[in-house]
Amino acid sequence: MTEQTHFVEIRHAQKSFGTLEVLKDISLNVERGQIVGIIGSSGSGKSTLLRAINDLDPLTGGEIWLDGVQVNKTLPHRQYEKHINEVRQHVGMVFQHFNLFPHMTARENVTMAPKMLKGLSQADADRLAEEQLDKVGMLERIDYYPSQLSGGQKQRVAIARALAMKPKLMLFDEATSALDPELVEEVNLVMKKLAEEHMTMIIVTHEMDFAASVCDRVLFMDKGVVVEEGPPSVLFKNPTQDRTREFLRKHIEGAS
Amino acid sequence: MGLDFSIIPKYMDIILLGVAWTIGITVAAALLSFVGGIIFAVIALYAPWLIRQPFRLIEWVFMGTPLLLQLFLIYFGLVQIGIDLPAFVAGIIGLGLHFAVYNSELIQTAILAVDKGQMEAARTLGLSRTQALRKVVIPQAVRAVIPPIGNNMIALLKDSALVSVIGVSELTLSAQRVIGKTYRPFEFYILAAAFYYVINLCMEWVQRKIERRISVSR
Amino acid sequence: MDIELMLKVYPFFLEAAWVTILLSVLTAILGLICGTLGAAARLSRFAVLRFLGAAYVSVFRGTPALIQLFILYFGGPQIGIQLDAFEAGVIGLGINAGAYMTETIRGAIIAIDKGQREAARTLGLSSWQATYKVILPQAARLMVRPLGVNLNMLIKATALVAAIAVVELTYTAQRYIGSTYKPFEMFLLAGILYMIIIYVTGRGVAWLDRKVQIT
Repeated sequence: MTEQTHFVEIRHAQKSFGTLEVLKDISLNVERGQIVGIIGSSGSGKSTLLRAINDLDPLTGGEIWLDGVQVNKTLPHRQYEKHINEVRQHVGMVFQHFNLFPHMTARENVTMAPKMLKGLSQADADRLAEEQLDKVGMLERIDYYPSQLSGGQKQRVAIARALAMKPKLMLFDEATSALDPELVEEVNLVMKKLAEEHMTMIIVTHEMDFAASVCDRVLFMDKGVVVEEGPPSVLFKNPTQDRTREFLRKHIEGAS
Repeated sequence: MGLDFSIIPKYMDIILLGVAWTIGITVAAALLSFVGGIIFAVIALYAPWLIRQPFRLIEWVFMGTPLLLQLFLIYFGLVQIGIDLPAFVAGIIGLGLHFAVYNSELIQTAILAVDKGQMEAARTLGLSRTQALRKVVIPQAVRAVIPPIGNNMIALLKDSALVSVIGVSELTLSAQRVIGKTYRPFEFYILAAAFYYVINLCMEWVQRKIERRISVSR
Repeated sequence: MDIELMLKVYPFFLEAAWVTILLSVLTAILGLICGTLGAAARLSRFAVLRFLGAAYVSVFRGTPALIQLFILYFGGPQIGIQLDAFEAGVIGLGINAGAYMTETIRGAIIAIDKGQREAARTLGLSSWQATYKVILPQAARLMVRPLGVNLNMLIKATALVAAIAVVELTYTAQRYIGSTYKPFEMFLLAGILYMIIIYVTGRGVAWLDRKVQIT
């Protein structure tokens, strides 16, 4: 196998459900500190690709490499479980529907995994929770349960939960799609802050303005392939492909 | 023979001792049924086929036959295989296992009803499947089943009367003993019923309290 | 396992199974009558009836059926009620089952009542017409499955009459366990028969449920 030279390297990713091919030979490299946006209509495969990076939706072909380690390597079940749990500790993920644990307070949501997997003491865990929740502006609600928070607040806690594992890479799967319009901005602000800190991020989104302002590179996916990619200034202003133009036109019309 | 409730105070100590036994047996059997219910549910959902099937059969038998018959089996069956337990222990085991099966049904449904995203979120943080089940999925399932399990526990209280038949001196058998001396069945069975009713009301009250308390963390 | 013994005694169990079936049928009929009356009382316009209905449900669901049976059978003579064990069994279990069925029937009616009654009344139907023509036919469908659960519980509850010496399945099993010291074999015989009764009843309920869902 060739040596890995990029921070995240997706080589010939292929995924099918039965006869339906949702990812068709996708290759993609992401460098450390880069922020990559993925846009495309629903069913384009963008979420599937994102979820393949930490093996939530395993690929049926191709390889995923992260910082010198192959994520989806072939191992006996038990060893593979150990390996993937190790990998996932370094990859934060934020979901469309937050997936906060409803039976835990914000603090417990943030500290559960570090305590369990890194053996943090209660005192250290508390400090960590305060630090991370402060970062997303949720320190005041540290002992609230998710049912007592708004959607935007839940998503900010979910981001803090992912950050508490000190990930090398953050994956955002339509993090603001389930939010009421007036709550989107507070989550975007947190993500922008992360961008300023040079966190490596891959962001699946349907918000073109946000992608344009934050991402270094944007990919447009359609029907399981990357149709076009480039810096936002080029992709949004002067797309070369008809399909991209079509998508952007519809999307901007829909938005205005 | 008319009714004469004035005789009751004289035998109150025996009845009250019976009340204490009923409460003790109910609590012990409830705990057993709760822990057993979780274990059965996890086995039913996640154990390998070879282990799962015998449990299915047990579950099926326990749900398809009367509790009284099961109590006879456990009490006399244990004696037959050489385990001579006090009747009250056999009673607790019988009640506990019987309700564990019913609790297991509820817990299974609740585990399956926990949103798929919860498992994903836990796995994404690096938790193993077992860790995710233990810390994230099962605690939520348990919260969701507390109200219906509360109903099962109230049913358990009432069914604890059945262990009188295998000779456990709880409330019902205590009443029977007193009746044997006084020949006043109506008065003392009504008294026993009143005690059951009061315990039942207390349990319902506790159930409502717990439900209110957990409502925020669901 | 003592197969020979089982073959020898199984005719007695079969006979006892018929008693269990008869008990179940009679109890179910009485339970349905009590349940219907109870639900009608609980949904009545009159506060007194509502209170009586609620008290019936609360007391009979709040105390053990075994105790209710004992009060009726052993305590009955003191207040002038003389019943043989079988009669006491049917009446005691029937009234008990009725309390559970009251809640089932009431629950189904309430579930339908909300929008449907308003809709019927805006068309000009009287309250009684709305109940009879619109609510009940729909509620009946909703009831089949939960009443099936009540029936399942009721069949198992008939075992309680063993405690007042009605010779049904559980009593027979108990007697043979006592005389043969073979608890597993006797449990197996009685258990299989119970499971057959419950299985057949369950299938019957499922069939009825499908049937009412289609029409």
